Amino acid sequence: MVLVLAETQKGKFKKASLEAVTYGNKTAQVLGTDCAALVLGPASGLEELGKYGASKVYHVPDAGLDNFDSQVYAAVISQVAEKTGATVIVFSHSALGKSTAGRVAVRMNAGSVSGANTVPTLEGGAFKVTKGVFSGKAFAEYEIKSDIKVLSLMGNSIPVESSGGPAPVEELSVEVPAARVTVKSLERVEGTTPLPEAELVVSAGRGMKGPENWGIIEELAEVMGATTACSRPVADTGWRPHHEHVGQTGIAIRPNLYLAIGISGAIQHLAGVNNSKTIVVINKDPEAPFFKAADYGVVGDLFEVVPRLTEAMKKFKAEQG
Amino acid sequence: MKLLVCVSKTPETTARIAFTNDNTAFDSSGVQYIMNPYDEWYALVRALELKEANGGTVTIINVGPAANDTIIRKGLAIGADEAIRVDAEPQSALYVARQIAEYARGEDFDIVFLGKESIDYNGAEVGAMVAELLELPFVSHATKLEMDGNKAMIVADIDGGDARLEVDTPFVISAAKGLAEQRIPNMRGIMMAKRKPLKVVEPAAAEDLAVSVRFQLPPEKGDVKLVDPENMDELVRLLHEEAKVI
Ligand SMILES: Cc1cc2nc3c(=O)[nH]c(=O)nc-3n(C[C@H](O)[C@H](O)[C@H](O)COP(=O)(O)OP(=O)(O)OC[C@H]3O[C@@H](n4cnc5c(N)ncnc54)[C@H](O)[C@@H]3O)c2cc1C
Ligand SMILES: Nc1ncnc2c1ncn2[C@@H]1O[C@H](COP(=O)(O)O)[C@@H](O)[C@H]1O
Repeated sequence: MVLVLAETQKGKFKKASLEAVTYGNKTAQVLGTDCAALVLGPASGLEELGKYGASKVYHVPDAGLDNFDSQVYAAVISQVAEKTGATVIVFSHSALGKSTAGRVAVRMNAGSVSGANTVPTLEGGAFKVTKGVFSGKAFAEYEIKSDIKVLSLMGNSIPVESSGGPAPVEELSVEVPAARVTVKSLERVEGTTPLPEAELVVSAGRGMKGPENWGIIEELAEVMGATTACSRPVADTGWRPHHEHVGQTGIAIRPNLYLAIGISGAIQHLAGVNNSKTIVVINKDPEAPFFKAADYGVVGDLFEVVPRLTEAMKKFKAEQG
Repeated sequence: MKLLVCVSKTPETTARIAFTNDNTAFDSSGVQYIMNPYDEWYALVRALELKEANGGTVTIINVGPAANDTIIRKGLAIGADEAIRVDAEPQSALYVARQIAEYARGEDFDIVFLGKESIDYNGAEVGAMVAELLELPFVSHATKLEMDGNKAMIVADIDGGDARLEVDTPFVISAAKGLAEQRIPNMRGIMMAKRKPLKVVEPAAAEDLAVSVRFQLPPEKGDVKLVDPENMDELVRLLHEEAKVI
């Protein structure tokens, strides 16, 4: 069986979790088995995961699972995996996945691939799966040789698919160890989709000249329903918050649309964004290296082009209703 | 405080990525190597700052071949007191984690530091594995770490937000941007590094359960389609009708 950890946030399933369940179902089909989802902590509407391919949903409702202690999570997930005879355990490559998948791999003596971006294949019995390496500059195919496998799925790698009906939910009682990490507070950027999950990203660089000019970027992002990002020097000089910094030393993202404004396209910047589906570059220098990585380019002064683009987007949105 | 910092070696950020042997191996010819930026800039420097404030020692550990001694010496030049190299060619995260845990077990480190991920294989796996093997708490993607006695106050990145956490030593932590500011080694540090101990130890037996078998470069982008800067309606149309992303 393929067991997928479905994370919730404020009681709702994250998009990354729906992708993971879809992925788990596709993996189960390759292996000729079923896909089950696992939900930890207080949550409702679990049967809904059936739509995305889970034939069963296991729930460990213990309130103690509402924290961020990977040690507790790993203990619980491993017990469920053992009880249910899971052979593949799927995480999202999220903050929780990154702190927990490795622990589960140790506990289950499983080979693991983190940040997988393709459905595994099984040719001649060899279990193979691909992931991005060298910060998006290449892909590597891995073979996992152990009986039990741990995978984490890179966000935006496969589209969410829904077709099935509700799935039966079974409550499991497992031993929940005491947490050793205490959560004092959680702060989430409200309103916008966090960068790793965003499908549309509007990003700007040093071409903006100064933080006081960011109004035009924010307006464009708002009209499009996009999340804002920036290049490293912009975050380093405090023009924008650190969590917006994308690239090799910031966050790696792969949105459907990456709109780069006044960013030269240095190799370390590209490393974090070049797996985006579509890249649009606005730069006044026709020789800017970013144009080589772009699908669409606009050579012009961003202070003129961006407001024009915002107007065009507004018009488009109005026509779409 | 007794602090351990795990450091890995990665290709320099502008290195040309290519493969040999029918795309089964990384082509290292002409590639310059550096210490993984998260390990060097953030994990190591924060460990040194804690040592400077509270006393203690900073040990760095690398699992790798003798060629890695250059980056290990750089860590010593930046200020670490001593270094361990586990003499092996690591193949997988679990292999590396087992070697680190094998060394750290019984050494009673207060904090084990790692980077949030290595920029070559982008695993973000070793930290969680080391923590599990040592049965210690793990906080990943830390952007702030303050100590008060044996209590740590940590701010960590959680997809699109911050968590404020508390944990007592001993624990494992992985460093993200913000934890510290990069330090450049000075001449004195470089000279002193030559006399600091770098101990080479044999690897413990461990299996590779996941191995890379083939590499591939991303498909070449076609030529960029230029859009008239006066005509942003056209760009919106292309994004809607052709790229189908809005
Ligand atoms: C180890 C290492 C890691 C790094 N990691 C990262 C990383 O993770 N992310 C990252 O972004 N960088 C990273 N960098 C830095 C990277 O090398 C570049 O320095 C950086 O990306 C440049 O940022 P920029 O494009 O905003 O600025 P610049 O390179 O200064 O480019 C500004 C661009 O704006 C254009 N421009 C100026 N005015 C206008 C205008 N009016 N209209 C239109 N266009 C205009 C210019 O033509 C230029 O192309 C790293 C560097 C190193 C050494
Ligand atoms: N060969 C290695 N030797 C020592 N530490 C390592 C090694 N590989 C990875 N690490 C540590 O583990 C962190 C995460 O690496 P990874 O899980 O490979 O992305 C790195 O930032 C290092 O701190």
